[in-house]
Amino acid sequence: MKKEIKIKQLITDVLIIGGGTAGCYSALTIKDNSSASIIIAEKANIKRSGCLAAGVNAINAYIVKGRTPDDYVDYAKNDADNIVREDLLFTMSQGLNRVTKKLEDMGLVILKDENGEYVARGNRNIKINGENIKLILSDAVNNLKDVTVLNQVNIIDFIVKDKKIFGAFGIGVNDNVLYEIRAKSVICATGGASGLYKPNNPGFSRHKMWYPPFNTGAGYAMGIRAGAEMTTFEMRFIALRCKDTIAPTGTIAQGVGASQINSNGEIYEKKYGIKTSERVYGTVKENQEGRGPCYLRTEGITPKQDEELKKAYLNMAPSQTLKWIESGKNPSEQNVEIEGTEPYIVGGHTASGYWIDTKRATTIKGLYAAGDVAGGCPQKYVTGALVEGEIAAESALDYIANYKDSYLFSELEESLLINVKKKEIETILNYEDSTFTVEQLEEAMQKVMDSYAGGIGNNYQFNGKQLNLADEKIDQIIKLSEELSAKDMHELMFVYELKERLIVCKTVIAHLRARKETRWHSFAENLDYPNKSDEWLKYVNSKLVDDKIQIIFRELVGRGETYEHSY
Amino acid sequence: MSIAINKTKCVGCKKCLSVCPGSLLKEGENGKAFIKYPKDCWGCSSCIKECEFKAISLYLGADIGGRGSKLTTDNKGDIVHWVIEEKSGEMHIIDVNRKDSNKY
Repeated sequence: MKKEIKIKQLITDVLIIGGGTAGCYSALTIKDNSSASIIIAEKANIKRSGCLAAGVNAINAYIVKGRTPDDYVDYAKNDADNIVREDLLFTMSQGLNRVTKKLEDMGLVILKDENGEYVARGNRNIKINGENIKLILSDAVNNLKDVTVLNQVNIIDFIVKDKKIFGAFGIGVNDNVLYEIRAKSVICATGGASGLYKPNNPGFSRHKMWYPPFNTGAGYAMGIRAGAEMTTFEMRFIALRCKDTIAPTGTIAQGVGASQINSNGEIYEKKYGIKTSERVYGTVKENQEGRGPCYLRTEGITPKQDEELKKAYLNMAPSQTLKWIESGKNPSEQNVEIEGTEPYIVGGHTASGYWIDTKRATTIKGLYAAGDVAGGCPQKYVTGALVEGEIAAESALDYIANYKDSYLFSELEESLLINVKKKEIETILNYEDSTFTVEQLEEAMQKVMDSYAGGIGNNYQFNGKQLNLADEKIDQIIKLSEELSAKDMHELMFVYELKERLIVCKTVIAHLRARKETRWHSFAENLDYPNKSDEWLKYVNSKLVDDKIQIIFRELVGRGETYEHSY
Repeated sequence: MSIAINKTKCVGCKKCLSVCPGSLLKEGENGKAFIKYPKDCWGCSSCIKECEFKAISLYLGADIGGRGSKLTTDNKGDIVHWVIEEKSGEMHIIDVNRKDSNKY
């Protein structure tokens, strides 16, 4: 029997795509300031969805006593070796402490000293119990009036005409429903992209990874398809993690002062530098030169430190505590082996994402971006994503206050669009002759990216010829993906997720090819151009024009300057 | 990374179905939860903390050094009792107070 899909049409003032860190905070901000109607479309359930599912170990972006927002901009700029938007970093940094206070008021536990001051961990971090941070946010959103939370609805495409947004299409993850959501303004808060490259643990534990495996680059892909300008996709992010469990290393390194050592016991981190990319690069080099494996030196820490580490990990990455207990050895008895992860595209740590202005407006009118999907502003962490959610919400409200564009989109156009989308989905649901499965094509994509676009298998390095091959092979997989079938709605989501990742891969390859230098070891290490050059003190941007990725170079936006869209 | 669901302990309340950030848990024919895509589990432990009946446990895959121990939780107000049961039957309990901040 031919599978059919039901249509459900909804209308709202603001559609928020993704109910994670930034998306939830956008909803809270809108309701604090207006009576505008809101729909949050979330592919899972806002209760534990997004990056905060397991919890976080600390607030990593905070202006501690004696520091200023300018210091934070300096730090992020230095870590990214100048390829940042200082206007975005500054507007974010100004809000970090404000959103932290709000989180505390909502119930987040933050460690304080005897004078009631937050206890700092280094220059930018404060100590918290972050196990239930997502519950705090989602409870607050669920308690708002007149907010519709559509859980288990996966947004697959924007509705855009003449570079203006009119809403989005979504599919039920369990129900046979195609949603057409019309909105005056849309906030894209879908997160970054994992699963592009072959992961550390490609077998049974393929999803034991640093970033949420369910963040598949939907927001990037929808924007790219709609012709939005994107920035800095060549600045990939690679995390340095505990081997196997891919649990965070910062808690051990900063918490008990553990150094990075090689298998000879030599501290190597200072040899290569301490920027995020250099810590990864150093670990790769030590392995390449025969001094692996590498470790965090925990042997000799106290029994009390053992216990506190085990507790801290239960609050954010419980598998690491499980590993320590299962192995019968505490961290004090065995150094923690470390490795670099596969590369990710994630605007909250590096600078990849939508090219936005300080209002967090994208180049599509009415579409705003916040959190990991927004570019130019690295080192956001949780609090930076919250600030961006806040700014995007305020901007969306400004936009709808003067909204009078609905006549541009006729009922006839709308029904035509819905029918096209319905047919697209039903074709996938009813196709019976596909040779390959989503899983097979995902593996093929990850292998191509690993081999030819600087994955773990190639020590994160690549050259131009390899990138050309990667591009060609990803094109072949895109072609094969057009004949994928899905037995049910969940599989349908898998089909869309794969297609999203393939589009993101194409963009990553184009950007890696465009930046003809090596500014960041490991993150973008081009063997044809092994050095960095001041000529490349500029942004590599891109947009899709007539189905081709067009590269655009833009001048850096420095301190005191503000970039504005020209539309 | 994955979880195991004890069919005897599962009462079919479906709370875990909605909390999984990957929507990986589904309702089986008997009304009880099952993980439809075990290889897609992130290991976030959301479902484990959600289950009042201690029916769900987390284990490490053999490919990441797992030895078959299982992690469950028992929530009593602000206290989360994390329980690890080794293959040998040996139990380890670590209590974490949600009101206490991480020391690191």
